Amino acid sequence: MSESSVQKTLQVRDLKVYYDTPTGDIKAVDGISFDVHKGECLGIVGESGCGKSTAAYGILRLVQHPGKVAGGTVEVDGSNVSNFSEEEFRKIRATKLALIPQGAMNSLNPTMSIGAQIRDLILTHSGSSARAQLKERIDGLLRKVGLPLRVATMFPHELSGGMKQRVCIAIGIALNPSLVIADESTSALDVVVQRIVAQTLKNVQREMGVSMIMIGHDMGLMAQMVDRIAVMYAGKMVEISPTREFFNNPRHPYSKVLIEAIPSLKERKPLKLVEGITHDPRNPPPGCIYQLRCPFAEDVCRSKPPVWQQLKKSHQVACHLIKDEDHVAA
Amino acid sequence: MSLLEIENATKLYPISGGLLGKEKQLCALNQFSMNLEAEPASITTIAGESGSGKSTIANLVLGFTSLSSGSIRFRGKDVNKMSSAELFDYRKNVQAVFQDPFGVYNPFYRIHHIFKMAIKHFKLATNKQEGRDLIEEALNVVGLRGEEVLEKFPHQLSGGQRQRMMMARAYMIRPRVIVADEPVSMVDASLRAAILDVMLKMRDQQGISFLYITHDLSTAYQIGDRIFILYQGNVVESGDTVAVIDQPKHPYVQLLIDSVPAPDPDENWGEQIDVPDEEETRFSDAIGCRYLGRCPQKTDLCASKAPILKPFSSGSPHQVSCHLYD
Amino acid sequence: MLKRKSISNPWLNTPLICGVLVIGIILTGTLVGHLYWDTEMAATRSAPLNLPPYGFENMRKQEGVIEHPLGTTNSGRDMLSVMLVGTPATMSIGFIAAGIGMLVGIILGFSAGFYGGWWDDLVRLLADTTTTIPALAVLIVVQSLFRVEVNTMAALIALFYWPGPTRYIRAQVLTMRESGYVKMAKLSGAPERDIMFKEMLPNLIPYLAASFIGNTSGAILTAIGLEVLGLGPTRMPTLGVTIYFALEAAAILRDMWWWWGLPTLMLILIFMGLLMINVGLDEVSNPRLRKAS
Repeated sequence: MSESSVQKTLQVRDLKVYYDTPTGDIKAVDGISFDVHKGECLGIVGESGCGKSTAAYGILRLVQHPGKVAGGTVEVDGSNVSNFSEEEFRKIRATKLALIPQGAMNSLNPTMSIGAQIRDLILTHSGSSARAQLKERIDGLLRKVGLPLRVATMFPHELSGGMKQRVCIAIGIALNPSLVIADESTSALDVVVQRIVAQTLKNVQREMGVSMIMIGHDMGLMAQMVDRIAVMYAGKMVEISPTREFFNNPRHPYSKVLIEAIPSLKERKPLKLVEGITHDPRNPPPGCIYQLRCPFAEDVCRSKPPVWQQLKKSHQVACHLIKDEDHVAA
Repeated sequence: MSLLEIENATKLYPISGGLLGKEKQLCALNQFSMNLEAEPASITTIAGESGSGKSTIANLVLGFTSLSSGSIRFRGKDVNKMSSAELFDYRKNVQAVFQDPFGVYNPFYRIHHIFKMAIKHFKLATNKQEGRDLIEEALNVVGLRGEEVLEKFPHQLSGGQRQRMMMARAYMIRPRVIVADEPVSMVDASLRAAILDVMLKMRDQQGISFLYITHDLSTAYQIGDRIFILYQGNVVESGDTVAVIDQPKHPYVQLLIDSVPAPDPDENWGEQIDVPDEEETRFSDAIGCRYLGRCPQKTDLCASKAPILKPFSSGSPHQVSCHLYD
Repeated sequence: MLKRKSISNPWLNTPLICGVLVIGIILTGTLVGHLYWDTEMAATRSAPLNLPPYGFENMRKQEGVIEHPLGTTNSGRDMLSVMLVGTPATMSIGFIAAGIGMLVGIILGFSAGFYGGWWDDLVRLLADTTTTIPALAVLIVVQSLFRVEVNTMAALIALFYWPGPTRYIRAQVLTMRESGYVKMAKLSGAPERDIMFKEMLPNLIPYLAASFIGNTSGAILTAIGLEVLGLGPTRMPTLGVTIYFALEAAAILRDMWWWWGLPTLMLILIFMGLLMINVGLDEVSNPRLRKAS
């Protein structure tokens, strides 16, 4: 299946986000490339500090000083937005690219009703011409996320955590964007509520055919929710693969560590101890970014950075240890 | 000998209002009982979602809030009737590790402040060198070195390091019981194992018992000996961890275990469930089972009479609170 | 160069340093002045009347002399001496009033927030009531009846400056009481006294410093308000009192700009310095205001 035949909602190439500090640049995101196909849900996983949230903010040009987007291109629905002016980019934010940020449910305006907040958003972006069908539109959004219509008149403090999070999802999809980025949408929620909200998100995504990026660290959640998984480590992308293939056959040593660290509800196993990111983010080691933690590191790993390789079953990895016969025939 | 015995602990909070001006009360914890033996040391999990009462149990045991009724006994002596010397001894033997590895450090001081405070007030060392040795030994147990971390400020260390230092501090005091309130929920997956491993080491090598308070059943399954599962202030099921999680009896526990996402895409979450939004059922004047609003298997009896916690089958340590098993 | 340091130490930011320099120069200047200049000449009839500063001419075409470089007043006070005596007097009113207010605020605010109960209710009642009393009106009445001197005036002004710190400290104590590090202190067996003064108080230092400086400005302003109305201390030529005398003697019409102008200039410098210190302290206590993170 050639890449050009399937439409891509998002194409990111070599994105870099650096933080300027007096002792050097912190390379929070150091040259990552990935695609999001139309209608698919891509999961980005990694431990804290790996740069997954920063990457989302970089794509949306929401990085604040002293951080800056230091390179790379972003294409949305085929058009290169990297050279858009601030004004032009502001127009596509929320209308083409939507973000449901981490902790969104705590950022709802406590003095406005839910309906008023959604109305504000719609009117700001679509102008007053949208006023006529406002109520229907808001009702439709609430129905899509499984909330009763009376929520439109309620205030954030009257709602439970799960309901607030679903309101945030409704706000995210309100302007029919092409791509929704959900950053840790369920981390603060109880297990049962998390299931409801996650399933709501999935339903919304399927019904609307909107493309989605889910950022998180809960591998179990990812297994249930996303079509493809992308793994980040210390600012670099190390593996991208369809979900089933990823869990059956993880190729990168770090991916294997992540999967093994998942505590199981089925059997008791001795705990496997693992360290955190060990290198200085201002001074990444030459060669492979994972070399300091990798039990299989060889000399080539310490000197040359690994190349992004295409394997069978749409599986992509950056690792020197992958054998040739797994490669896709050219 | 019983180390910590909690009997029918109940905590009520007044909430204003009520049509006739009658003060309603919120029952955060209802008749909770638990016995921790001095030996063998064990890890007892107290699991539940928010509003279940698990944090209330932590606060009661640590003395941050007081009981509305019931009793807590330490080594046979009622905590409420203790002299100040006995209370001091209680403090020393019942320590805690908290969820937020940042808020527990005073941002004004360097990290060594929390160690020095404990050494000073509990008189753990007679001179400076002894104190330093004590701190170093505790840090080594959690895999850290004093020269790397002690002189730093809290914001200069990672979350995992801060959490491990809290563990080290608790270890240094050599308590009999450590209340661990969500110790790994704000820590990365890769470091969780390290912290849970320290807990196991402390239990096996130092004979320290843990009250592990969490909402994460998976980690509880990996390290817990006994488990109590709470819902809205009541224990709904309790017993041996593996037995309860492998074969849950209460409908709520079954729902809970089903809702944990399995890290296997082939094992589907199942149908979209439609659970009605939780209503506050923790009012002290509520009758009937607290889980009534969401239970798929409710009967008429459930609305009129609250079930009581009793063994699932006679003589079994596995206890359930549900009319299905009457 | 300064920016690099400010990233690691928030106390070294530009406004704070400039403000401290200004106030520091003023204070050291007056101190040095006391050593080398005869401040007795601040009293009346110490010098020829109405002389302009050295190098200028007054309306009567008299020239200034080097013995009185900043000119003299219409009662023969040497302006340089007046400035050297009046500046510290004015500033001390501010510092004393703010200091008393802060001390009271710490004692009442901490105890009210920490212990709660009826004491908390009482403190709050007193603080809220005091805030509603118009300070200047009361002080005008008191001064008209009892013409007090500098230190007493400072204490009187302090009566109106204690509710602010009290309320803020109480609010902060209520928040900090629930914090993780206070729980840890309790767990470590720390007595209440330690918790209040070793755990909570240090975290309030940036606020306390900013509040102190802010109250100093406010107190000086209140004092000036009284003084230019003629209700200032009688025996000390503070800056405000000097301005009052100047206005009384129609110094503006007589083009004696040095008499009212120099104290005004000094007041402007003092207020600017205090304001800059405040802005700088704001940056310390609120990290979001800092330029680089």
